[in-house]
Amino acid sequence: MIPATLDGHLLVSGALFALGLLGVLLRRNTLVVFMCLELVLVASTVALVAFSRYNGILDGNVFVFFILTVAAAEVAVGLAIIVALFRRRQTVQVDELNSLRN
Amino acid sequence: MGELTFNLLAWFTLLSAAGVVINRNAVNAALCLLLCLTGVAGLFVVLEAYLLAFVLLLVYAGAVVALFLFIVMLLDTSGAPRALPRRLPLIARVLAGGLIASGVLSFSARAKLPVSEAVAAAPGIGGALKPYAYQLFTTYLLPVQILGFLLLAAMIGVIVLSKKFEGLEDVK
Repeated sequence: MIPATLDGHLLVSGALFALGLLGVLLRRNTLVVFMCLELVLVASTVALVAFSRYNGILDGNVFVFFILTVAAAEVAVGLAIIVALFRRRQTVQVDELNSLRN
Repeated sequence: MGELTFNLLAWFTLLSAAGVVINRNAVNAALCLLLCLTGVAGLFVVLEAYLLAFVLLLVYAGAVVALFLFIVMLLDTSGAPRALPRRLPLIARVLAGGLIASGVLSFSARAKLPVSEAVAAAPGIGGALKPYAYQLFTTYLLPVQILGFLLLAAMIGVIVLSKKFEGLEDVK
């Protein structure tokens, strides 16, 4: 059982962040890497909302709006880049998109 | 009651997040992401941030996951060879695993963060709309303007990236 306190919420947020980071490190499909990036962003919003709830302030909640907006813009641009990349290279696997390596 | 609800939502969120990471199929991963975001919206309701729960469902579940599903189906990579998890060097694996585990454990093993009991017991202030509007249009007015500009830039960027321009081949 996770206690329903600030520490419990932060534990959930940290675990969510860790899962997202794990996905970014391990997955090969660019689209899934992108989804895991979204998990990382959402984990940070949970921590922000928990902090502002347990401190009796609103600043964390307002900041979540900004994170949501940035995430939406990021998804739009990122998916457009992935589609453009797929048009040119016919693949979305991270390992095959290595023309910048050498 | 509050404890049980929180635990159900927390485990639901974490398990569906694990589903995003381990699912081989990108469509299933996107659907797991949808479940995970629903769980997070539930956590926001537990934290009495009702507006944010609603906005999260609207923006993320409604727009972002739909966009993900759309792109996954548009690209249709089912013909590609099955992707195995990326092989990392042993030292990178140990380092990453250790850092992630210690990061999560530091949350659970830590002494309790100082929380004023009165604030924790009082009803949250995130339920009403008016305080949000007041903050957004006074303290955070400049960030709001910058975000508007960011959205405009993102929109122009997406148009440039996805449209084919006549006689402008070097744009790509």
